[in-house]
Amino acid sequence: MYAFDFEKPTTVAEAVAALADDEAQPLSGGQTLIPTLKQRLAMPSKLVSLTGIAEMQGVCTNDAGQLCIGGATPHAVVAAEAASKYPALSALASNIGDPAVRNRGTIGGSVANNDPAACYPSAVLASGATVVTNNREIAADDYFQGLFSTALEEGEIITEVRFPVPQAANYQKFVQPASRFALVGVFVAKFADGVRVAVTGASNDGVFRWTEAEKALSANFSPDALNGLSVSADGMIGDLHGTPEYRAHLIAVMTKRAVAAAS
Amino acid sequence: MSPAINFELRRRTFIAGTAVAAVTVGMSRKAAAQTAAPVGAESTTVFLTVNGEGRELTVDNRTTLLDALREHLQLTGTKKGCDHGQCGACTCTVNGTRVNSCLSLAVMHDGDEVETIEGIGAPDAMDPMQTAFVENDGFQCGYCTPGQIQSARAVLDEIRAGIPSHVTDDLTAEITITDAEIRERMSGNICRCGAYANILAAITQVAEDQA
Repeated sequence: MYAFDFEKPTTVAEAVAALADDEAQPLSGGQTLIPTLKQRLAMPSKLVSLTGIAEMQGVCTNDAGQLCIGGATPHAVVAAEAASKYPALSALASNIGDPAVRNRGTIGGSVANNDPAACYPSAVLASGATVVTNNREIAADDYFQGLFSTALEEGEIITEVRFPVPQAANYQKFVQPASRFALVGVFVAKFADGVRVAVTGASNDGVFRWTEAEKALSANFSPDALNGLSVSADGMIGDLHGTPEYRAHLIAVMTKRAVAAAS
Repeated sequence: MSPAINFELRRRTFIAGTAVAAVTVGMSRKAAAQTAAPVGAESTTVFLTVNGEGRELTVDNRTTLLDALREHLQLTGTKKGCDHGQCGACTCTVNGTRVNSCLSLAVMHDGDEVETIEGIGAPDAMDPMQTAFVENDGFQCGYCTPGQIQSARAVLDEIRAGIPSHVTDDLTAEITITDAEIRERMSGNICRCGAYANILAAITQVAEDQA
């Protein structure tokens, strides 16, 4: 690691002030950032820890019936506390990395990093969630902007993520067994006004919506509605774990499984 | 998943780093280490409660919790395997939950309570989980064992607390302790000798004794 200063504020306002410094970087659970620092792939002048901020912790339900998850809430807490309200989200959180990672890694950190194979971005996008920061609210459709890219500005912090709770939902992950990241992950969410399908792990541009499947499933929410639909391999990730064609094929398979499990 | 990570070396820090590297060429190993370590005032004094005892230490901000335990407090029971959060050998508990101590910085834990393998038992007064590992041959080389035991204890605590896992069928019902449930919950701890079957037997034994 390169040397850095360290601050651990207790309020969002203090954290925002600490992040105003040139090349300061927020540190949440650190399950991605600390390995990145160890490999000297990042060089912040200062790390601002977000784990001591009480207002960014916990899971609750707001007046609109949405599930509100504090930005610094670890995956293990989401898995436990969202279980009755939004089981598909709880199940997703319970299968990220391994238990020790889930005790430290946070939803805000995952969504801010926007790894193309991370699980949470698919839930945020498929649920049509709102990403709340220290100074605005960003709709999921505007938030994800490509590989490791988001609408976040320099020094902006995710304080909360608000999930509308669907009538039915399921997340299916084809696990890369060593890393437990998604080789392909599909989150399907059925709302009164239609179905949303978000795919992670597959595309070079990160998480995306499979709109063709959404249209078919909105008309008929059953695996059969997807017969004949396929995704082009153009722009899919190709690596030693799978070719673009393999990933494209998996998207349709995992979507069918998710619909079958949700309906 | 490993697409190329976009990053840029930032000029100010890069120059500082290069200067340090240049200065240290030709020095003895000890002198070089002393020159390289304190860059600026980037160290912090933290207070940890380790195995029930208050410990104050001043560490470089870059020191992981694992290195703080092993190198500063001489608690070498917690092992360094991969140092990347993949093997689980460094598992210890912080404020009652298990973490990979290699993926945490000591400065993040000011005021926290840390428990290591040294804190749960001694050779003449072993924790029930330690006894069960001995009785069931839950290890061969023993390197992963402190992490396995810390995780195993946490597994039973987490089940008792009703925290579901990925293999739990009903997320809201009481959790049944099955082989699949234990294996899934122990999935963050790798044993390269392959003592998994006996580790499973040890954990099952403790679970049954405590039921």
